[in-house]
Formats: sequence, C-alpha cells, structure tokens
Amino acid sequence: MAADATIRGVETSVSCTHCGLPVPKGLVEAGSSTQFCCHGCSAAYEVITGCGLDRYYRLRDAVDADRAAATVTGKSYQEFDDEVFTSLYVRDRPDGMAEAELLVEAMHCAACVWLVEKLPQVLPGVSSATVDFRRSTVRLVYNQERVKLSGIAQMLDGLGYPPHPARTGGAQQLRDIEDRRFLVRVGVAGACAGNVMLVSFALYAGMFDKIEPIYEHLFRAVSWIIAMVSLMWPGRVFFKGAWASLRTKTPHLDLPIAIALGVGLLWGSVNVFRGTGEIYFDSLTALVFFLLVGRWVQHRHQRASADSVELMFSLTPSTARRIGLEGEASVVPVEALVPGDTVEVRAGESFPADGMIVRGSSAVDASVLTGESRPEDAGPGDDVAAGTVNLGSPLAVRVAAVGEQTRVGKLMRTVARCSAERAPIVRAADRVAGYFVVIVLSVAAITFGAWLLINPVMAPEHATALLIVACPCALGLATPLAITVAIGRAARAGILIKGGEALEALAKPGLMVLDKTGTVTEGRVQLVDRVGSERALRSAAALEQHIAHPLAQAVYDAAAGMTLPSARGVEHRVGQGVWGAIEGERWAVLSPAAAEAEFGGLSPQLLDAVDRFASDGHTAVVVVGPDGPEAALALGDAVREDSAASIEALRVRGWRVAMLSGDDPRAVRAVSASVGIDQADAHGGVSPEGKAAFIREAMADGGTVVMVGDGVNDAAALASATVGVAVHGGAEASLEAADAYTGRPGLEPVVELVEGARRAMRTIKLAMRCSLGYNTVGSLLAATGLINALVAAVLMPASSLTVLSLAYRSRSFVAKRGDRS
Amino acid sequence: MMVLFIMLPIALLLAACAIGTFVWAARAGQFDDLDTPPMRAMLDDELND
Repeated sequence: MAADATIRGVETSVSCTHCGLPVPKGLVEAGSSTQFCCHGCSAAYEVITGCGLDRYYRLRDAVDADRAAATVTGKSYQEFDDEVFTSLYVRDRPDGMAEAELLVEAMHCAACVWLVEKLPQVLPGVSSATVDFRRSTVRLVYNQERVKLSGIAQMLDGLGYPPHPARTGGAQQLRDIEDRRFLVRVGVAGACAGNVMLVSFALYAGMFDKIEPIYEHLFRAVSWIIAMVSLMWPGRVFFKGAWASLRTKTPHLDLPIAIALGVGLLWGSVNVFRGTGEIYFDSLTALVFFLLVGRWVQHRHQRASADSVELMFSLTPSTARRIGLEGEASVVPVEALVPGDTVEVRAGESFPADGMIVRGSSAVDASVLTGESRPEDAGPGDDVAAGTVNLGSPLAVRVAAVGEQTRVGKLMRTVARCSAERAPIVRAADRVAGYFVVIVLSVAAITFGAWLLINPVMAPEHATALLIVACPCALGLATPLAITVAIGRAARAGILIKGGEALEALAKPGLMVLDKTGTVTEGRVQLVDRVGSERALRSAAALEQHIAHPLAQAVYDAAAGMTLPSARGVEHRVGQGVWGAIEGERWAVLSPAAAEAEFGGLSPQLLDAVDRFASDGHTAVVVVGPDGPEAALALGDAVREDSAASIEALRVRGWRVAMLSGDDPRAVRAVSASVGIDQADAHGGVSPEGKAAFIREAMADGGTVVMVGDGVNDAAALASATVGVAVHGGAEASLEAADAYTGRPGLEPVVELVEGARRAMRTIKLAMRCSLGYNTVGSLLAATGLINALVAAVLMPASSLTVLSLAYRSRSFVAKRGDRS
Repeated sequence: MMVLFIMLPIALLLAACAIGTFVWAARAGQFDDLDTPPMRAMLDDELND
C-alpha cells in the first residue's frame, strides 16, 4: 500500500502519524495534530492509542524500520470460532488453556514484534503471545472462556496485522524437531573436533620434542574417547547413509565418507591399544564437523525458501460465506462446508467447493483448472468447480462436493501420486561418489599389496592413511555450499528454490515445457487487436463501462486515457451484446452472430477480421454505429512482452521449448507462433492428467524435463517433471507441487533461474575438481608412505577452505533491485 | 606433570557438561528462532530508561 500515496496524486510534506509515509494532499486535515495517509493507518492508530500502546511509535522511530501503511481489513473473523476451525487449528493445553498459531501479515520490524506481543495487556484472557519474526507467526495461549479467537483476530487486524490460520501446524513441529537434531549434531561434532584438536596439539608438539611415552599414551587415549563420541553420535548419519546407499545400490557420497571414517576409527583404535602407529582422530572429527556444517547450512536455506512459499499460500482465503435457512450469511472455514449447503460467492472470489449455481449470473474464469483463458458465462443451473474464480456479479451456489471430492481435490491426489513416483535427481556429487569408491578402494588395495612386499608392518598403516586423506571432505562440502549461496542469492532476486537438487537438474538443458495461460500470456482478457476507427472503440467503451463482465471490462480498459462520451439507456442481453444511445445516436457492441442477425451481414473487411480473430482463438465482437457495423475488436489473452525474448534466451542456452495448454488448440497455435515455438511442440486442449502424462512420456528418454506453469491444472505436471517451476501468481496447488517459485511475473525469472543454476553447477564442478586434486596429492603421499597425521590434518582443512572460498566467490543469480512486484 | 592424569579427565568432564547443556538447550527449542529474541531484548532495554 506504500505506493498508494503516489498513485493517489500529489504528495505533501505532511507525514502519516501512524506509518510515517507522506500524506496525499486531499487527505491532509488542517489544524489536526494527527494526519493519516489512508483509512488503515487511522484505524490502527486509534486502536493502538486506545489501548495505551503509544510507545509503539517511539519504538518504531528508534528502530528506524522500513515504513509501511497499515492494512486493516475490518473483517469479523467469525470463522475462527467455528467448531471445525477450532478442531483444525486450536490445541488444548494440559493447563486448560487453548493454544493457536496464527500467521500475521505486515509484520516488518522490531516495533511490530513489541506491539503484537503486548496482546496479553490489552485483551484479558490472552496469557501469552509469542512472535516468530522470520516465519511471521504469533503463537497465542489464551483462555477460551474469557476470550474468543475471533476477538483476538479482530484485535490483531485492528492493530494493522491481518491474521490467517497457519496451515503448517503439526508439520511445523516435526520440522522444528528435525532442525534441532541437525543443530545438536553440528554442535556436538564441533565440540568434539575442537577438543581432539587441542589434545593433538600436545601430541604434535611431542613429535618434535620427544614426549614421554606415558603422556603420549594418555593423550592418545583421550583423543580416542572423544573421537568415539563424535563418530558414534553425530557421525552416525554417514554410516546410516552409507548403509542405505549399499542396500539400495545407488551411489552416494556418504559411502566413501563412511569408509574413511570407519577404517580410520578401526585402525586408530588398534594403534591406540598397540601403543604405536599413527592415529588420525583430529582429521576424522574435523571431517565429521565440516561435512555436517555444510549440510546444515544448505538445510537452513532450503527451509527458509520453503517457509516463504508456505507463507504465500497461507494467505489465500480459506473461508466461505454460507447462507443459512433464513437467508442470513455467516463466514465459515471451507472445511466446515457439507454438500447441500448454499454459499454466496462475490465477484473476484474463488468458489470454495464444487456446486451448481442457484441464483445470479456471471462470468467464471476457469483458467486455473482448464487453462482456458476466456471467461465463460454462467447462470442458474450451471456447474462450477472449486478454485475457479467468479468474475462478474455475486452468485449463490449449492454445494455438491467438498474437499477431496472436488475436481481440484482429485487433482491434488494425482499430484501427490506424481511426486511420489518421480525418480529422485541423481546429484553430481553422488554420481562422482560411485567411481570414487571404486578408485579409492583399488588404489588402497594396490598400496596395501605393494607395501606387503616392501615392509609388511607398514602396509595397514599406509593403506589406512590413504583411505583417510582420500575421504571426499571438500567434495562433500562443495555442493551444499555452492547451492546454499545460489539459493540465498536467488531468494534476493525473488526466486524461491525449495531444493538444491532442482538447481543441479536445471543446469543441464533439456526440454522446457511452458504453460500458456498466465505463464506465456498475461492470463487475463485484453483487447489484443482492432479493425476499425478509434471513434468506434471509444463508443464501445462508453457502453461497456456500465457492464460488469470481464469482456466488457477489457474493452473499457483498452480505452483508458481516452475521453469517453456518455452513454444512456444501456441495455445488456447475455450472449448477444450491449445497446445504448451515445449523443443521440444508437450504438451497440454485439457478438458477430447477433450483428449478422440484426444487419443481415458484415462488410467483407469486417467478416475477414472476425474470422481471423476467431482462428487466433480470440473472442470477436462487432461495434455497430448508426450507419451499421463499424469495427471489429479481438478480445483475448495478450502475450507477455518478455515472452518471445525469454523463450529465445532459453533456446540459446540449449533448451528445447514446448507449450502445453488446456486452452483451445487454435489459441495455443496462435500464441506459439507469436513467441516462436515450433508448431509441432505446441499442444492445446490437454487435460491436467494429460499434461502429467505428456511430461512422463518426455521424461522416458532420461533427459531433463522442466515444467513451468501456474494453475491447478499444471500441478500434476509440475510434480511429475524433473523440475517444476511455478510462476508468479500461481495457485496454491502449483506452489506446493513445484520445486521453485518465481516471485516476478513472466518468463524472465525462469531464464535467470536456468542461468543461475548453470553458474552454480559450474562452481560445484570447479570445487569438485579442486577437491579431487587435493585428494590425489594426498593419496600419492599416502601410497608412498610420506604422510603422517600432521600432514593429513593440514591438508584437509586447506582443501575445505579452497572449496569454501570458491563457493562464496561464485556469481550465481544477480540480485535485481526495484523490479520485485 | 602427573597432574595431567587428573586435569585431563576434569577437562573432559567440563566439556561433557558444556555439550550436555548445549544439547538440552537445542532440544528445548532455544535455537528455534534466532531473529525475534534480539528484537525483544532491545525493546525491553528501553522500558527501563
């Protein structure tokens, strides 16, 4: 809302008492000590001062945060008290209190945290409010007898933080537990590595100064104890991973790591008890620590991206307006609807369930489900599907199916099945690990054999040393670090990547399948072509501005900036057109059929245009003036400005680009021709299941297949593809199914994503080569018997540092400022 | 230098205590949210002014 002030016109030097943004000229109240830039701010100010929380303003000035105008929706939140809602989102605590987690919008600074956490002071019955700033949630503990959840929600809304139910619930707890385990492992591994290192310093110093044997034994025993803790506790994950890798016969980097750790520990233990020979506990514990840190860092970044995506789809409305027996409307959670209920769906809202229209007529945008870009007219008796959008006027709908039984619900099951069936991406590091194990084991065997001939006593010593220095520590760090850096940079550029594997897959060009509606095109109806005078367009717009229909809106929008004549006596006949009088003359905007019926035929020029528009998949309307038909307008989904260039950019990078849409094949052909996609690769009229089948078929060749789409109808395909990319404004289902999400509209971010992935992969490969180089040098030293524990201890961190600096130096994803929408 | 035989186990014991405390803190969720508490602390300070 921050931009509203500038849109609304002249800014003044007066700043808003609540948010500090400039107040538009028209809203300045002369002589008043408080000034507000919008209604939201003044409402929030009243609540805040009314509750005695004025300190918020001093805090806000103190923390010097970004300014943002308040959003106050003024909703009743009565659905928060519904039984179904309570059973879904509210938990009873053993102490008799209730606990609920709400997601709040617009929390942006420390003062906001302070304000929200003051809830217990202003609302009796709330015993605590705990904010998680990063996830933008507040956990409430309250007494259900004394305060209702809707009351708390209203208060939050009044303060300028509209709440939503946090849908993550149990999943979030599981994730927290997983995060804690990760952290415990990293912490314990770090402590062990540090302590072993201290003891080793004594031993290394003793190497030169001749340590007394009794102390040497002591130090060796102590480092053995600590190493056992490190390898058996945090280090256990590598053994588990290696075991899984053996059992499933898929190469995994954990395998060579576990071999090094296992052999090192085994031979080290033997040497501790023998009292002679090298021990490598310092290298082994450091190895465990470094590798875990790398994985932890990557895990955290992926979590942050996944959280942001989740936040986005939690903001989609999940309520319905149910009409009671006496015609009274009550807001209920979608989950509370049952077949037979009647719901009211206002213009711009999406249908909460499948059902039949019982009252009202409107236009329905079903593009999320079908890909069909043109809105369909719907009236009493017509069926509507959950998830589609009511564009025109309010409708009453009798619910026929809810939840999993709806068309969308069934699609979601397909999506779940598709993602479960998808073969995991084989990571480059794991592929390398396969060869690595074989090579390292054979070199170790050769070393062992050769030393048996030269000096049998030293054979196990040198073979062990070789296995340890050949442990792919830097190799194991290279991928997580490079991917972490890439994910972080991508997030700053508005691209959220949920998994590092997706990034690796995107680096190798293959087939890129694009959805049409909303991805390549704008996803809304616009005037795309016109034959005839501008006067005709002006007159048409003058008539259409009185009609609430998306096609009418498109004509009106096309005339934006022109001065429109005034129209009188406007009459609308559904399916035929609009009639009215402009400056005493009779004008009409009609469907071609209605125009022909009324005027007995169109001029060849107009007839030609109408045919051409129809063959391009657009809707044609004819503007009729006092002297007969004057102009033809094509209304359709316009191709995005950047589409053609972006598709070309993808092609230059080696991708084959195809288009897959549920829309009319003619429209698909027309769009594909204009953006330069081969006609053979443009498929129209494909069902959601058909899209997923197409993707699976394309993947049968083993190549990378990327699906880019935004609708529910793309979700199954997104989940099936090697990598699914949901684009800006996508439906909840597609966000959930996709591996990456672009926060800016159009295909340009997709090009950035591909380019960033390529760069990240280049960094990974470079780092891998470096670490393999270190391993080779180390192995050579070990095989020739030139290595000791000290050299190994220096070699390993050196290689890890090289990889670290390579990863952070890499330039994947250039952050773009100012163009995030 | 025989004192090492006492000092080293004591040092190990102390390290074990530190690790134990850390593990307890992590499992109790003390590290779950690292962004909000610093903000809270800053605002609390001002209260005492």
